[in-house]
Parts: sequence; structure tokens; C-alpha cells
Amino acid sequence: MPHLSTVDKLAILADAAKYDASCASSGAQKRNSSGTKGIGSTEGMGVCHSYAPDGRCISLLKVLLTNYCQYDCLYCVNRVSSDVRRARFGAAELAKLTLEFYKRNYIEGLFLSSGIIKSPDYTMEQMVEVARILREDYAFHGYIHLKTIPDASPELLDSAGRYADRLSINVELPSRTSLGELAPEKDASRIRKAMASVRLRLDEKKEKGRHPNPRAIKATGQSTQMIIGADASDDRKILTTSASLYAGYKLRRVYYSAFSPTPHPSSKLPPEAPPLRREHRLYQADWLLRFYGFELDEIIAGGNDGMLDLDIDPKLAWALKHPERFPIDVNRASREELLRVPGLGTRGAGAIVKARRLGGLRLDDIARLTTSVVKIRPFITARGWHPAKAVEAAGLRAQLARPPVQRELFA
Amino acid sequence: MSEPVAVTLDKPADYAEWRAAARRLLSANVAPDRVGFRLAATSGDLFGTRPGRAARQPAPVTICVPQDFPRLAKAVICHSDNARFALLYRLLWRLQGERRLLDNAADVDVYKARRMAKAVRRDSHKMKAFVRFRRTESDVGEVFVAWFEPDHHIVERTAPFFARRFAGMRWSIVTPGRSAHWNGNALTFGDGANRRDCPDGDALEEHWRVYYSSIFNPARLKIRAMKAEMPTRYWRNLPESRLIPELTRSAQSAQRAAPAGTPPSVASARRLVAAQDGMNQEIVSSPQTLGALATGLQNCTRCGLCQHATAAVPGEGPADARLLIVGEQPGDREDLSGRPFVGPAGQVLDEALSEAGIDRDAVFLTNAVKHFKHETRGKRRLHQRPNVEEIEACRWWLGLELELVAPSVVVALGATATRALTGKPAKVADARGQPFTLSPETVGVATVHPAYLLRLQDKEKARAERAQFIDDLRGALRLVSAAG
Repeated sequence: MPHLSTVDKLAILADAAKYDASCASSGAQKRNSSGTKGIGSTEGMGVCHSYAPDGRCISLLKVLLTNYCQYDCLYCVNRVSSDVRRARFGAAELAKLTLEFYKRNYIEGLFLSSGIIKSPDYTMEQMVEVARILREDYAFHGYIHLKTIPDASPELLDSAGRYADRLSINVELPSRTSLGELAPEKDASRIRKAMASVRLRLDEKKEKGRHPNPRAIKATGQSTQMIIGADASDDRKILTTSASLYAGYKLRRVYYSAFSPTPHPSSKLPPEAPPLRREHRLYQADWLLRFYGFELDEIIAGGNDGMLDLDIDPKLAWALKHPERFPIDVNRASREELLRVPGLGTRGAGAIVKARRLGGLRLDDIARLTTSVVKIRPFITARGWHPAKAVEAAGLRAQLARPPVQRELFA
Repeated sequence: MSEPVAVTLDKPADYAEWRAAARRLLSANVAPDRVGFRLAATSGDLFGTRPGRAARQPAPVTICVPQDFPRLAKAVICHSDNARFALLYRLLWRLQGERRLLDNAADVDVYKARRMAKAVRRDSHKMKAFVRFRRTESDVGEVFVAWFEPDHHIVERTAPFFARRFAGMRWSIVTPGRSAHWNGNALTFGDGANRRDCPDGDALEEHWRVYYSSIFNPARLKIRAMKAEMPTRYWRNLPESRLIPELTRSAQSAQRAAPAGTPPSVASARRLVAAQDGMNQEIVSSPQTLGALATGLQNCTRCGLCQHATAAVPGEGPADARLLIVGEQPGDREDLSGRPFVGPAGQVLDEALSEAGIDRDAVFLTNAVKHFKHETRGKRRLHQRPNVEEIEACRWWLGLELELVAPSVVVALGATATRALTGKPAKVADARGQPFTLSPETVGVATVHPAYLLRLQDKEKARAERAQFIDDLRGALRLVSAAG
């Protein structure tokens, strides 16, 4: 193997990590380095330190420890049978790079994942070692997210949980059967068992409250990622799986990552990537399920054949199929009803409920309370405002659907 | 009383200074439309300070503001718009009569103030994000210096964040208006300075640019989303921003080269369905030990329950147990921990067993159905009763466990277990007290499931049912002894 410099490795191992959707650095236990010789803080809300032209936030140094991998997951660019360039960071080398990036205020911390080398335990040990160096040798108080290896031993999972703020284990695919098909070395039961065990550790910490066992998990949550469009699962199947994961393992987030075709794809994979908008619609639906009181069946009924409508967001799709529910009187409707109005979010609904106690709201009041009154207008009545005609699906759809994609030009 | 009053403030964003002035004005009952605020040209401009006649004679009045006013005002005062002082005074004035004014986000003054506060918080947030330190050497060791150009007067407001975060470092953040310095112990502020006074590069910036371009996914291009979050006015102080034009151009030409916009091939995805519908596969050879059984169980797809459960929960206990107890299915806790009877119903069972004089460790405990059947309701998983197909699909495993353990007595807890053992629909009330033969060596008895005892609301009934449950367990123990 040719000798690679740190910067060469960085190029390879960041490139290999870019298909990971998560970059969240929020929700860690609040702490800082005040009064210490160390560096770092987490104050609840994470900070996005930069944005790439793909529109995604860059908050963490998101890299693989190595992209050598003995597994052959067909959807993965790093699978053993792929001919990508390979590299491997030393644990100390990566810890140092993380610290130096952090000191220049480029990042909130580290998101570390890895291909499987030698054995799951060996790989996990190396990842934990990076986190250990940061925490113990550098007194690093920033954010650490470790993508754990489900097949690693429970003791290693324990130490990972002591150093990291967030653990994640990827379910990879929406169904067990497609996992068996596309990722033969991965085992759905093992993945879920690992999630269950992290959840039990998180529960235990919560029960102990203020006086946790010193060896207790430090992490405050876990998340997972599902690849969309590599198998035939429809949106109903995907969202059902998410609901079961949220309920079973108390996940903070399920990330949806649109499958990207890899070089020399297997014939078992679809030749094209799914439209990115599908990923976006799934996130919107996921949000409606968790924070807006929607039921899965309502959301799915807004689309067709178990798939969400790609042209309009799932709430609007639902509303257009339920004209009888509109218009909603903003001066009387409950918060739950307000949350059903397309374009009205939890914040806007809250502001309306608060403001209307002081007097009836007019349309220009609503404009000040919300981000886009144009979108909301057809679905509400306010003092002195009544939409011209009842919610009429075809016209509104045309009006509110995004125009066909046009290539965005730079500057 | 209608003569205008001019107030000159020394500092652009000092809440205490503004508050002192506002108190004087309010005490003198000066209406907002009579007040003109201005900023001294330089700090300490003595000649600019000409307090109005009224303001010199403050009358003692109580000024009340709601709790959230100071927080709002402290943010608004950092805004660069000079109208901020008058707006805040108008709000303060109105709040004396309209106590709940701030709740009305639709009010024009409240709306303006909130917008200003939001702009300040956003600028402060962007400062936390976009400050880029550059390392230099000094006689005290390494020092990190950043040049930053905020839109508003936010240096004092935001610097404590950096002090908490970079406690173990020496650093300075320099802006055109103010500068902040941390020596490892204390935060100090000074005047603004010039970009030329700051280091013009850092060796690690090349690494950062390599990272930036490698983490970028050229398959997607969302320039507008990027600019919304990282407005171009910040770009000139970001080392990575010089890459953006080139990254964008090459991604665009790559997209043009690729066949763009073809709809996703549903057909190609559907091809996979056939391969994936691998349910109801027969397991070819049956496992010969309990360990092999537990392993084999993990791959079971005989019914659909495996899709949403964590993993199958195999039976647990000595391989030569004389007594085997069959429950319905794992619950939430059992599913998470992978062990039978560890949840609330398991606790009821444990207590009943010990009252009946039975050692749990000597019993083999299992379930009729090995995966947790549930529906999700928000953040919870609610137990669902397994149906006949699921019970039938799982009987194969229960049969194997009975064969491998070969107990003398099997206790069925509830209707599902009874059905799984007998193969016939059964009511617990009918089957209870009627031992049934499972094999020449094994006899079965039925009783209620401990979860049933948990559900009983009526205390009297619960006590009676529990006593009968323990009685049934004692009966089973007698059968074990009788079998010798």
C-alpha cells in the first residue's frame, strides 16, 4: 500500500462517509470546558459550521476510520468487491485532526463510522479508542457520534456509550428480507438487539436520574439510517418500519438516505437513484407522524398506492383530499386543527393561539405570525377573510405544487 | 409638555444605559412620539448629552414590565437599526397600559421588535458558526485569532459562548466594531480593528478545504438552500467558500453528462419483490440442542411478526427441567432484553411461583409465540394478541422445545398457550383443572396468564384470582412429584 498523508486519507475517508445522512449535533448533555484546560462544549442546540453546495449542513467531521471492509453489502460503495481507493486512519491521527479542526471552530465534533476490518470487535475497539483519546488525553468536551457495529461485543458497546453523545446503528433497509438479500453478512436481529440494548441502557440512566452510575452510558440518544430506493419497499412500508423503530428503541431520529448507485452496481439493485424528493417527502411525513398528530393511514391516503405524492408535501396532499375539513377558523380552531393547515407549523399555530386571546385575528395578523400566508390563505377564515371558494383540489394543487425542476444556476 | 426630548446614548448596545434613560423618560411621563434617541459620535461624547428638562427631574413611579421584556430588549438593543431605541421605548410605554402586549405577536411594534431580536440571534448564531480561528505563535505559546464581520452589535453577547467552548485556548475575535479576548482565565473586550491586523492563513485550512469538497455530494445541487443558511456576505471570511464556484460547476457538468430526469424505474425495483417475498420458508433440518434452537429461531420468517420485533425470544431454563411453563408471547420488555418473563407479568409470575414453592431457576419458561406482536401508538408499542396463523407458525418451535426438554408437566398460561399446546381453540375457564396428555410422558395443565391478573380492576376479584393461580401452580408441582 502506498504511503498516504493525513490529507490524502481525509479525502478518501470523508468521500466514503458522505452518503451518511446524519450530521446532527443537537441534544447532547449540556457541558463546557469552563475551568478546565480542555476544549469543547455542547449547549443543546448544535451549530452548523458550513454548508456544502448540496445544501447540506456541515456540523461534524464525518469520516470513516477506514473504508476497507470485509462485508459485501450491495448498496454500499465500500463493499469488499468494490474497486474504490482505500485508506485507514490511525486512532491517534484522527483524534488529533478532530481536535485541530475543533480548535479552529470548523466543527462541533466527530461523527465516526467504519468499514469492518479483521473483526467487528477489532473495528469497534479502534473506533472507541479514537473517542477515548479525545475524551481522556485531550479533555475534549465536544460532540461525538459513534456509528456502532452491531456485531461487536456488549462490553465495547458499553464503552462506546461512555464516550459518545450519540450512538447509532443503521437498520440499513426497510425490511429484514431485503437486508438478507442485499447485505448478506448483516443480521437484522443483531441490529435490532443492539438498538434494544442501547435503549435499555438509556432507560437505566434515566431511572438513576441525578446520580448515575459512573460507568453509565453518557450518550443521550440513538438514531438510525434507512436506505431508500435500493429495495422495493414502498413509502408505507418505510414509515411503518420507522414507527416501529421510534416506539421500540426511543430513537431521536430515523434518517432516510436516498440510494446512490455505486460504480459497477449489482444487477439486484435498481439502476437509478430514487428522486431526491422522495427522501424529502419521507422526512416531512416522519415529522407529521411525530409532531403533528397524523396517523400513518392518513398520510399514506394522501398519495397513491402506498407512495407519497412527490409534487406536493404530505400535509397539503392530505388537505386536498379532505376539502370538507376546510376552511378552518383561525380564531376558534383548536391547536390540533390548526396543525392540519398546510403551511402552518407548530410555531405558527402556537403564536396564533397566544395572539388571538387578545382579539380577533385578521389576515394581515396571520401574515405577521407565520412564514407564508399565501400557502395558508386558502385553508383558513379570519376576521374579514374568507377564501373565495372552497378548497378545490385541482386548482390549488396546480397553484401550490412546486414548478418542475429546473437546474439551478450558480450565482 | 409637547416639546421634543433628545436623548443621546454613549454605547450602541448597552441595555443598562438605555434602561436608565428610559426610566427617566417614563418617570417624567414623556410620550414616545416626543423622544428622539441618538448615538454619541464617539463614546463619552459629553457635549452630545442633553437630557430634556423633564428627564432631569425623575418622579418616583413604579415601572412594570413582563418577564420576557428584558430578554427581548437585550436582543433588540444589539440590532444595527438606529430605530431600535425608540421602538423599545414605545413598547415600554405601551406595556404600562397593555400588560399582555408581548403575547400579541401580530401587533406591529411587537412584530418589529421580534424581527429585530430574531435577526440579532441569527447573527449571533452565525458568528458561532462562521468564526474561523487561525493559529499563530506568540511568546506564551499558540494563540488563535479570528477576523469576523457581524451585521449587528453582537460581540459582547456572543463572546461568552467562545469562552465556554475554548476555555483551554488563548484566542481573540476581532471585528470592525469590537474585539473580544480570552487569555485562558478572563474575557476582555476592546475596540474594533482591521482585517490586516489578523493572521491571513492557517496551515490546516487546506485540510479543511479537502474535507469540504470530499463531503460534498455532487449528485445533489441545492445552491439556494446553501445560500439561505450561509449567506454570501459571510463568504469572504470562510476559507472553504472559494471552492464553491468550482464544485458547483463540475457538479453541473457531471449532471448534464448523465441521463438526467428519468423517472425512477418502478419496474426494476419491483423485480426485487419476488426475491424478497421469502416468507414461510421451511426450515430444513431441525435443531438438536436448545442452543441450536435459539440460533435457528433468530432466522425464522415463518410468519410476518419477525419484521417489527427486535428478535425472537427463545425459552430459558434447564434442559432437563421437569416443569415447563408456556406464556403467550414476549412483551415490550422481553422483546428489548431478549429474555422471557422479565416484564410486569413476569414479576407477577415470579411472586406466584415462589409462593407456590417453585424455584424459577428449575423451570423452563417459554412462550407460544416467540416474536413480540404489537401495534405502534405514538411513542409506545401496544401488545396485540397473536392470531391463529401466527400461533400455528410458531407451534413448530414450541414442539421442538417440548421434545428437547421433555418435561413431566407443562403449564399453559392463558388461551394462546393452551391453543398452541392442544392445537384446538380453548377457553381457560373450561380447560382449567382438566389435565391433558401431550405425550406418554408429559401432561399439560391450563391456568390464566399473569397479565390477566394485572388487568383486573376489582381488588377482591384480583385477590381471589391470584390465589387460584397459585393453587394451579401448586397443583402442577404435585403432578411433577407424582410423576416421580
